[in-house]
Amino acid sequence: MLIPRIPVGDTVEFAVDWIEGNFGLFLDLTSKQLDLLISGLKDALLFLPPEFFIPGISLLSYFAGKRNIKLAAGTAFGFFLIENMELWELSMETLALVLSSALLALIIGIPLGILSAKNNILFHVVKPALDFMQTMPSFVYLIPALIFFGLGNVPGMIATVVFAMPPAIRLTNLGIRQVPKELTEVADAFGSTGWQKLSKVELPVALPTIMAGVNQCIMLSLSMVVVAAMIGVRGLGYQVLFGIQRVDIGMGFEAGLAIVIIAIFLDRITQYLSPR
Amino acid sequence: MDKNIKLELRNITKIFGKNPPKVISLLNEGLSKSEIFKKTKQTVGLNNVNFKVYDGEIFVIMGLSGSGKSTLLRCLNRLIEPTAGKILIDGQDITQMNAKELRDIRRTKIGMVFQNFALLPHRTVLDNVAYGLEIQGIPKEKRYSKALAAIESVGLKGYEHSKITQLSGGMKQRVGLARALANNPDILLMDEAFSALDPLIRSDMQDELLALEDRVQKTIIFVSHDLDEALKLGDRIALMKDGEVVQIGTPEEILTEPADSYVSKFVEGVDRSKVLTAESVMKRPEPLVSINSGPRVAIQLMKNHGISSIYVVEGKNRHLKGILMIGDALEALKTGKSLEVAMFPDSPRVAPDLPLNEVIPLIAESQYPLAVVNDSGKLLGIIVRGTVLGALAVSGENGRTETPEEKNPEEKTSEERKSAGKFFEYKPPEKIVFIGKNKGEVGHSSEDSGVTDGKGDIINDGIDSGAPAKATAKVPLRSDSGSGQEAKTC
Repeated sequence: MLIPRIPVGDTVEFAVDWIEGNFGLFLDLTSKQLDLLISGLKDALLFLPPEFFIPGISLLSYFAGKRNIKLAAGTAFGFFLIENMELWELSMETLALVLSSALLALIIGIPLGILSAKNNILFHVVKPALDFMQTMPSFVYLIPALIFFGLGNVPGMIATVVFAMPPAIRLTNLGIRQVPKELTEVADAFGSTGWQKLSKVELPVALPTIMAGVNQCIMLSLSMVVVAAMIGVRGLGYQVLFGIQRVDIGMGFEAGLAIVIIAIFLDRITQYLSPR
Repeated sequence: MDKNIKLELRNITKIFGKNPPKVISLLNEGLSKSEIFKKTKQTVGLNNVNFKVYDGEIFVIMGLSGSGKSTLLRCLNRLIEPTAGKILIDGQDITQMNAKELRDIRRTKIGMVFQNFALLPHRTVLDNVAYGLEIQGIPKEKRYSKALAAIESVGLKGYEHSKITQLSGGMKQRVGLARALANNPDILLMDEAFSALDPLIRSDMQDELLALEDRVQKTIIFVSHDLDEALKLGDRIALMKDGEVVQIGTPEEILTEPADSYVSKFVEGVDRSKVLTAESVMKRPEPLVSINSGPRVAIQLMKNHGISSIYVVEGKNRHLKGILMIGDALEALKTGKSLEVAMFPDSPRVAPDLPLNEVIPLIAESQYPLAVVNDSGKLLGIIVRGTVLGALAVSGENGRTETPEEKNPEEKTSEERKSAGKFFEYKPPEKIVFIGKNKGEVGHSSEDSGVTDGKGDIINDGIDSGAPAKATAKVPLRSDSGSGQEAKTC
């Protein structure tokens, strides 16, 4: 017996075409807004020249790390190295992309996590979707993003948001569900409204877990922003890609090192911000 | 306690499962909890629970794990929705309330204290206590002043800015209690509130709860699996088994009239001396002599009853005036003194609700029977050693539920001696030591010593040891009496 080939790929292609055809205008508008967000953030980061930015961010990390002198020194050295390798502008562009993507992912992910913790039906819908999003190779997201938004920073950001969102949803959901039952009973027994229960009991108690999700989200954003260089995202990732294409090991390594510095910086800052 | 009904449960049933109506119809057919679980895989949490809780009482819901006591408690503020039945608080059925009405009831009328404290870890003591006020939208200044008062009332003043993690278990539960009190609710629900504390702290907290209850007069519904705790705290106790209430009654009723074998098995091995009160072991004060009678009447009465002392009362309501010893009576007869002059006015008295374990040292030290006197000075009964021993010994015999005062006096004396004998054989050594110190008196308590041999014995002792004990409930034991001291230490 001959089983016909199930047209999975064709169907997806058709769906993507259909969306492109019917929502083109909407997609263009979204694209413009997002581009504005990214370039605005990038301009803000580049507003201060490095000689002011580096002391400023070191001071900031000193206080964020609860007066941690090592964190401040590490920050100063790392950003100094980036400037010294002449990767400042590219790094700020990457940072802007990472921050705006992570922000968007969190704005969608945290509420979705809260809702799925409250609603089991939604949770059963969201959970397989998250599994799908996390196991699908990240490159694959690039294709529809490319079709919808063309080349450039915006499709990269969209792919990054999709890729970085799952841990934010998962860990928020987990954090809320792990709030001890007695504590939610306290909230109810004293007559809290649903919102009071969430804001005064559940979110504060779940905060460490949610912050772990925020941390993961930012880290994944960074890794995806680099991969997204393949669809024309500029910044350090592009520099790495350039290094690969020209087999320029020095150039690739320097850009890679800058990425590592930014990653460590973001990781430590978010860890210090979360209560323990 | 006035008998206003504060809270009433009517036919409360809770089914955990997917098809409660089916289970209810099975219950109506008389199937048991385990049969229903086998058949439908649904659990009967509560089956047709009915009771009333009166204003200002401590009502203890008691049972083993899985008996449904915590479920029942949570039904009272609808943390768990009952499947069927009504819950009336001040006559309002809270099961019919919408979300907002329910919230108002929870904010103003019902406070809750949790087993594992359930304090918010991200808040200070003050902000934890103020939580209930905060969600009502009470401005900061006002809620903090109320919270501070609540913190002070549980003895945690000075800790208001501490973090929760810095507190010990006992302190945490004080915070939990203060949080419930800060809202000034009428009803306090306490879910195994002291179970997570170590025994000494638990006992302290129980005492403090009782003291607090005296001050603030809340209606407290206390869930416990610890019988001693239930007996100590409860004005009334509901005993639960498999989601049903097996018996409701005062601690004494539960102990002395268990409804079925489950209850009697449950209460086996309880230290009765903590539960039985002076009232429950006292006997009728007979004979009595009026203060207006002469010494001759008193002597005659003592002779007839074969006793060496007699209580002197005044008026119809038996206002206790004092105790007259046979020696003093004979003296008065010779010198022509009146009873009022001859009697000993500061005879030992106890309040009717004094627990037996506090009566024992008093009676051990006293030369006289103890008079049980109510607040207005009326003589309700007397306690002699025999009655105390008898009441304690009953617990050694299974199923013996009669209380001493139900029998007529003659029978009782012999009964008492019999049980007292058993008492010596079976009871732990500490009690034997106490009896041993007074060995000379066990056989003939002041009541049954004859007139003549009573004379030398008792009266001389009374004189030797100075002023006899003023044995009211709150007065500490006399320290100059050697035998009393020993009885106390053992």
